Amino acid sequence: MTEATIKLVGLRKAFGKNQVLRGVDLDLAPGQVTVLMGANGAGKSTLVKVLCGVHAADAGTVTLAGVAFAPASPSAALRAGVVTVHQNINDGVVPDLDVASNLLLDHLADGAGAFLNDRKMRARAREIAAAVGLEVDVARPVAGLALADRQLVSIARAMAQEPQLLILDEPTSSLSATEAERLFALIERLRAQGVAILYISHRMSDIRRLADRIVSMRDGAISGRFEGQPLDYSGAVRAMLGHEITEVDITIPTPGAPVLEARGLVLRPGARPFDLTAPQNEVIAITGLVGSGKTALAEVLFGLAQPTAGSLRLDDAPYTPRTATEAVAAGVFLCPKDRLINAVVADFDITRNLTLPFLRRHSRAHFLRRASENATATRMVGEMGVVCQSPADGILTLSGGNQQKVMVARWMAEASRLLILDEPFQGVDIQARRDICAKIRATAQTRATIVFVAELDEALEVADRILVLSEHSIVGAHRNENIDVAAIMAEVVDAAPETTRELA
Amino acid sequence: MNPDKRSAVELMIRYGFLVLMAGLIVFFGSTAEGFLTPFSAVFILQSVAITGILALGVTATLVVGGFDLSIGAVATSALMLSSYVMVVWELSAFWAVLLCLLMGAAVGLVNGLLIVKMKVPDLLATLGMMFLLVGAQRIPTEGRSISTGMSLPDGSTANGTFSEGFLMLGRHRLDLILPDLLPLSVVFLIAIAVAVWVFLELTRHGRLMYAIGSNAQAAALAGANVNRYKVVAYMISGVLASVGGILLAARLGRGDVASGNNLLLDAVAAALIGFAVLGASKPNAFGTAIGALFVGILLQGLTMLNAPYYTQDFIKGAVLVVALVFTFALSARGSRGRG
Repeated sequence: MTEATIKLVGLRKAFGKNQVLRGVDLDLAPGQVTVLMGANGAGKSTLVKVLCGVHAADAGTVTLAGVAFAPASPSAALRAGVVTVHQNINDGVVPDLDVASNLLLDHLADGAGAFLNDRKMRARAREIAAAVGLEVDVARPVAGLALADRQLVSIARAMAQEPQLLILDEPTSSLSATEAERLFALIERLRAQGVAILYISHRMSDIRRLADRIVSMRDGAISGRFEGQPLDYSGAVRAMLGHEITEVDITIPTPGAPVLEARGLVLRPGARPFDLTAPQNEVIAITGLVGSGKTALAEVLFGLAQPTAGSLRLDDAPYTPRTATEAVAAGVFLCPKDRLINAVVADFDITRNLTLPFLRRHSRAHFLRRASENATATRMVGEMGVVCQSPADGILTLSGGNQQKVMVARWMAEASRLLILDEPFQGVDIQARRDICAKIRATAQTRATIVFVAELDEALEVADRILVLSEHSIVGAHRNENIDVAAIMAEVVDAAPETTRELA
Repeated sequence: MNPDKRSAVELMIRYGFLVLMAGLIVFFGSTAEGFLTPFSAVFILQSVAITGILALGVTATLVVGGFDLSIGAVATSALMLSSYVMVVWELSAFWAVLLCLLMGAAVGLVNGLLIVKMKVPDLLATLGMMFLLVGAQRIPTEGRSISTGMSLPDGSTANGTFSEGFLMLGRHRLDLILPDLLPLSVVFLIAIAVAVWVFLELTRHGRLMYAIGSNAQAAALAGANVNRYKVVAYMISGVLASVGGILLAARLGRGDVASGNNLLLDAVAAALIGFAVLGASKPNAFGTAIGALFVGILLQGLTMLNAPYYTQDFIKGAVLVVALVFTFALSARGSRGRG
């Protein structure tokens, strides 16, 4: 093996009583993509934060190209050549500034003289953008860009630093297939230039595409190293979980009466109208690329947006929600995607997060009844298998997977007619995903269920029926039985809309 | 961090401020003669009653993640309005109080609508409202203070008087164990503090307001009517500020244009100090009341030790900075998750 770019020995880090890193030993070689796998709470994020200068390690050493490396701040890590692209896109960009300023932000923060030369900055920014294949007007504010472009800006910004080590933390979670492909090409080019790359992902498709080497992490230590082609994927998953993962076996029940019926629904002007029926006791997965209309459909069903045309009926009565409040009152619940933005109330404990939508049921004459809240929280924590010390734990003390379980439990605590889950497996490890899946299926007989997922693998694990959304319309329906994955993929990608990039 | 050290920090965050306050009382009790008497205690309460009530209003807006800079101006507007109603219009105390409360609610409503409908940032909307009110309250009297016998812009003389009942609101003292011990304004403060605490902590509306303050988007997607609760918070703030203004008018007995300059800063300081009480790290009614009391004790003690009056603002500022350190630096270290 080539000389390691970065070498970690016995790295330890604790937060209070919680020992998160328990002696991590890891070498990362130049020109190699190392995929880091680990369940939620295994310590991946903490490891990244130590490397990029957010946290200082309690013990252990890191050497970068033979020199001791202990960055005191993220900008120190950057200067030393360790560049990190975070999972949360808005960590990487300043939305109010234009693209050029964002691309040169680190340069500006370094103190590049007191005055800025717009023309020079833009020219330099265009070079940086071109190097990663980002085609936008650099004078546009980042807030006006599509999510995928914002991410490219944050990656391009990182590239401007000519990194020795590039860390990518779930970079594809909000990219479409074409955009992800562009990112992969970029990563391959950097690999060829001799950059060491640490790639963190739960997505099997990314891992298969990129990995030269897989490192599994469990309980704050490296639990397995896998090199040499072909890579042992199931071994890596086993090392990450500490046990085998079983295949999911879907038994499709007989669907009941229709709960939701949509007729002639048009999600945006010009889109093809479609019908959708969600019967009781059926789990429907709706899949499609980013921008295919999944969010638009979820918003229409939950009353956050109005359809361009078409009608909705719920339990054979007209259903025309104008707000989320009305949808919830009608028994239509939505567990939204991007939990930290749309769902988690950071100041609240688990109990208060759980009971948030149904406070009326937990109160008498406007006064909350703590006993009623606590009973519900204890029941749901138990049923969902949320790993915590007590329901009074702060929500942010939980790992991502457990936070997501609480968010799903929030909407399962009460009986619904239609439960919509938008990307319920986002940033969730395979074990937590299986737990959430099992819970969705086990409770499905009392309602209709619609799950929006971008990953086909996830649809196959959860659904009785899979619908494919493309260009804001349903283009295919498949019973989840002896399914032809290639046919679905063709539907997903074939009619794919032109990337919705505005010409600037 | 080892467990012992960690729990020590937690204890410090939780009880540090109360210990500091107890220490202050012991210190003043032993050095300032007459500090530990019922009348001294009541004097402290009376001195913080008005700012305390205003601070409870600010607390309501802080809970929903907003901020109300117009409270001081609302209070002085209520002072001027109640005086005008009684002295110039010669109406009863009932009308003075009613119109002031309506004015406070209306200002809160406008603030709230500017923020949720017109999307004006909260600080700017309420700052604009502050300037507007400071100016508006001076127009009817051409900038002069209001008192019985003053001459009006049209040349006539104002003959109305402050009614006895109205003045009682600010000056009357109830008998409690000792005769003439408890001022009515302190009773109002305690009643309002308890009511705001109950509303915020024990009702579902309070819970939703905290949820909105922490993550408005999540609260909206959970079915909460975010805009309505925000407007309600500004209306609570406006009404409580006008109550403070009424009590101020009743204490002064005249519509003094120059009074109430410090109300805003003192109230904001009390509400922010409240973050540190019992390690709450969030706006809360109990903490706000304690925060107001803390400032009152400090100033009364220093006055009794003959510290010059001009050092008071400096000391208030220092206390505020210490309280903010308690809230943000220490509690952030104590509760940092692994993210």
